[in-house]
Amino acid sequence: MTESASVRPARDLDTAARGALAELLISVADDEFVIGFWDSEWTGIAPMLEEDVATSSIAQDEIGHARALYELLAELTDDDADRIAFGREAGAFRHAALLNHARGGWAFSVARRYLYESADAVRLSALARSSHAPLAALAGKMQREETYHRMHADAWLGRLADGSRDGRDRLAGAVECLWLDAQQIFAPLGGEETLVREGLLPQPMHALHASWQGQVRPVLELIVGELPAAAPARDGRRRRTDDFIWLHTEFTTVAGSEVGATW
Amino acid sequence: MVSAPAIDAREELIWSELAKIPDPEIPAINLVDLGVIGDVRFEADRLTVELLPTFIGCPALAIMQEQIIERLGLLEMADTVEVKVSFDPPWTSERITPTGRERLRLSGFAPPVMAVIEGLDELAVLPVAECPFCGSRSTTLENPFGPTLCRAIYHCATCRQPFEQFKRV
Repeated sequence: MTESASVRPARDLDTAARGALAELLISVADDEFVIGFWDSEWTGIAPMLEEDVATSSIAQDEIGHARALYELLAELTDDDADRIAFGREAGAFRHAALLNHARGGWAFSVARRYLYESADAVRLSALARSSHAPLAALAGKMQREETYHRMHADAWLGRLADGSRDGRDRLAGAVECLWLDAQQIFAPLGGEETLVREGLLPQPMHALHASWQGQVRPVLELIVGELPAAAPARDGRRRRTDDFIWLHTEFTTVAGSEVGATW
Repeated sequence: MVSAPAIDAREELIWSELAKIPDPEIPAINLVDLGVIGDVRFEADRLTVELLPTFIGCPALAIMQEQIIERLGLLEMADTVEVKVSFDPPWTSERITPTGRERLRLSGFAPPVMAVIEGLDELAVLPVAECPFCGSRSTTLENPFGPTLCRAIYHCATCRQPFEQFKRV
């Protein structure tokens, strides 16, 4: 692996920077992990066979991305990726509020996928320039896979928006319901100043948020009319709902049934 | 990088052993032709093989790792054989060798289209695939998501066969 002057190995980071990097990694990983589990619920019950395959494949991608991110985190904190994924209490998860909602109907999932994929793309373009070389490489690889996810999300948003009145109403209702929580993907991180100073996160969250809003607001307002002004909140990654607690119980059931088992 | 002739011979042997390991999901192609082997290096008694996943969430990764360790272990050239998953450089479709592309085609998979477009946007991932059965380019994408993460589903209008394409990524 080549290392340019601006790219430093994690061992050169001081304690504060390592802590901040860990916070960044877990926020992205938990987002990918939780949306992957919600979307995996469509396997077998999507509105058509092609979507069974597509949603399952996308969910598998997201969980794979989470695995790779948890492994980076485990390396940084001398932990274990499986422990991080399946051994934490629900309250220790740091996913954005957008991912607190249950799967809902198909239009609801389409709206969430669109909001998430568009925000994730903005975030990945920043992470691909991170000074933490393994994160930059992983984000670069993720961007290539996410191209397919974005195509899928864009296609479905367009299909529902231009389809029947019922589909359009359901989509608009879902966007309105999720709009404020979607902002929380860009919730400020505790160690953000350090992250930006060290180049671990090349742009602050508020700048990424502005860039994302500039892209999605004009598209979504064609569907729902004017959307309220909305900003990320400090606790945007710390809220928990009964829906998420239910999901957490689901995805930890097998790991919890035989702690420490190897497969 | 050590380039003593003795090391070269060892590395050559390792690459030829790696070329005997079939891809777990598409056994027609081996790991070297698939382009997932990034680098092979010796450090003291440790042999490290860099594995570049086609897709990050590929469930066959662990199987590939086990098979590499097992096969190279038999050579007894190093005390430890380690397989390191890496995304630097990222695996891209261009890493499949010409032989690999041909092996894919012969087993009924359209190899990824080599687009002239730089980067990876919609135009780059959606060009027309060539039917591996009849060679027709009169094909349509049925689903960019297929039975595994790395495969897309197409239909050929000429021979009326569905077929899979190794996805461009």
